[in-house]
Amino acid sequence: MSYPETYRYTKEHEWVHLDGNHATVGITEHAQHELGDIVFVDLPQPGTQVTKGHTFGSVESVKAVSDIYAPVSGQVLESNELLSKSPEKLNEDPHGDAWLIKISIASDPAEINALMSAGDYQKYVGAE
Amino acid sequence: MINKVSKHIVQNEPLIFERTSPGKRGYQLPELDVPPVDPVQALGAKNVRSEIEDFPEVSEFEVLRHFSRLSTWNYAIDLGLYPLGSCTMKYNPRVNEVVARTEGLAWAHPYQPEHLSQGAMQVIAALEHALGEITGMDAVTLQPAAGAHGEFTGILMIRALLESRGGARSKILVPDSAHGTNPATAMMVGYSVENIKSNDRGVVDLEVLARAVTDDVAALMITNPNTVGVFEENIRKICGILHDKGALVYMDGANMNALVGVARPGDFGVDVMHLNLHKTFSTPHGGGGPGAGAVAVAQVLTPFLPGPRLRRAANGWTWNYDCPQSIGRVRAFYGNFGVLIRALAYILAHGGNGLRQATLDALLNANYLRTLLEPHYQIAYEAPSMHECVFSDDRQAKKGVRTGDIAKRLIDYGFHPYTVSFPLIVRGALMIEPTETESKLELDQFAGAMISIAKEVEDNPELVLKAPHSTRTPRVDEVTAARKPVVRWRPAAAASQAAD
Repeated sequence: MSYPETYRYTKEHEWVHLDGNHATVGITEHAQHELGDIVFVDLPQPGTQVTKGHTFGSVESVKAVSDIYAPVSGQVLESNELLSKSPEKLNEDPHGDAWLIKISIASDPAEINALMSAGDYQKYVGAE
Repeated sequence: MINKVSKHIVQNEPLIFERTSPGKRGYQLPELDVPPVDPVQALGAKNVRSEIEDFPEVSEFEVLRHFSRLSTWNYAIDLGLYPLGSCTMKYNPRVNEVVARTEGLAWAHPYQPEHLSQGAMQVIAALEHALGEITGMDAVTLQPAAGAHGEFTGILMIRALLESRGGARSKILVPDSAHGTNPATAMMVGYSVENIKSNDRGVVDLEVLARAVTDDVAALMITNPNTVGVFEENIRKICGILHDKGALVYMDGANMNALVGVARPGDFGVDVMHLNLHKTFSTPHGGGGPGAGAVAVAQVLTPFLPGPRLRRAANGWTWNYDCPQSIGRVRAFYGNFGVLIRALAYILAHGGNGLRQATLDALLNANYLRTLLEPHYQIAYEAPSMHECVFSDDRQAKKGVRTGDIAKRLIDYGFHPYTVSFPLIVRGALMIEPTETESKLELDQFAGAMISIAKEVEDNPELVLKAPHSTRTPRVDEVTAARKPVVRWRPAAAASQAAD
């Protein structure tokens, strides 16, 4: 599995990509693989406040429902409409088209850069 | 080798809607002997519905055969082992059915005056007393209708107690080895949930817990034994950590079948817990139901119990409605009374020594299965098992076979599958609870099937991956069923119209 170098990663298997004070959040290739076939994705409405470390939605596979945790605090700008009709996209392209939410961030960008790099995350899931 | 089941003619049966034939009736009404009334005139047009479309028209005999045929497709505890973990699918003694059908109990009406209900009230009082003794707690309510309802009742009481002390607090801690309903319960009572990670022995890590217990923690919801079937050996210390911070301990009693007659939660510091009477105390469940989620509390929580409460008066039992701090009723009348009668009958038939023996036999059966299966499946935690054992599919996963595949192959061998993929802290979990009511023969057959499947995984994984092979319906496409559910049958014509 390859993980984009420009993303940062959490222990809960979310990725975050920073662009100015906007962040895109998704789940990792490892997460989708562990979950198996994803059948439903529950995401917040635009305008919702999310808090770093707190759950903002859930991903349901045939095995289980898993919470997803916000890697940063801020306000939801957009939820990925694609996933409401085609949850399987999250299995196919978790690092690309199947992003979950875009956030206008309230966190300090330095805090985000302190999250795991692609290399560190790869080691983390290798060790898990 | 498959030897528990063999091929057998099974009747096919369509949906009852597809059996319909215009004009057929399953009833005959006598001729009208009063003047006919036009319902539209009598009740008003808005209160009168038009015909129900496509209502099946069938004879009485066809209805009877329809449901009899469907019933032969079923698997039930009365046909064989039902090893779902944490579900305690034990035998439901038939004598309990006889007791529950005692005329005065079966026909009692909840609005019957108290002086005519003394026997029924005595049943409730006796069961409350017995469950208080079994749990080591000070008082019991029998109102809640099921386990999760009991949790809800218990956490409401914790909230009420903390509010009376000045603040409800904001957070409930739930170990990752707890029952899945626990976080949902905490949310329903308005608390946020914080997960506590287990250590590599499958139990709560004391240091992690101590760090998490802050002044805004209302309670810990702990399942003991937990969902990996391991006893939380530090339970006294765990309770101490919570109590030192003014927080309470809720115990999910779903796994109480491992403790009855051996250890009492009240003695190890639990403040409130529920009991699944339909699991531990043998009343029918799993589609049969209904459940009963009795809640037992320590002294400090008794003022908050749901009302009304039974009280002994000079001339017998009476309901006391004067409970100013009570959280109020949580269920109409007095709980699922029929279930309560069966649970009391079970307790009295066993007596203290019998209940203890049942617990020891439940542990023996689970550990017997563990010993037989450990050479073939990866045990999740080395810690001793209580009433259930949890394996991971690690060894089989190397051949591409996962826990769900093994479970489906088990159906071909004539067994109900174990609990699949739960608890989530075990990768590819196989969670097996045999209960004390299984014979060695049935356990040997089950273990034989599991071992045979483990060999199939080595020699011919395709056989397992495509299972089941001998069922009416081959493996169903669970993914499409979940992604594009069709939840309602429609007649062929309407269905094609809807598709247009």
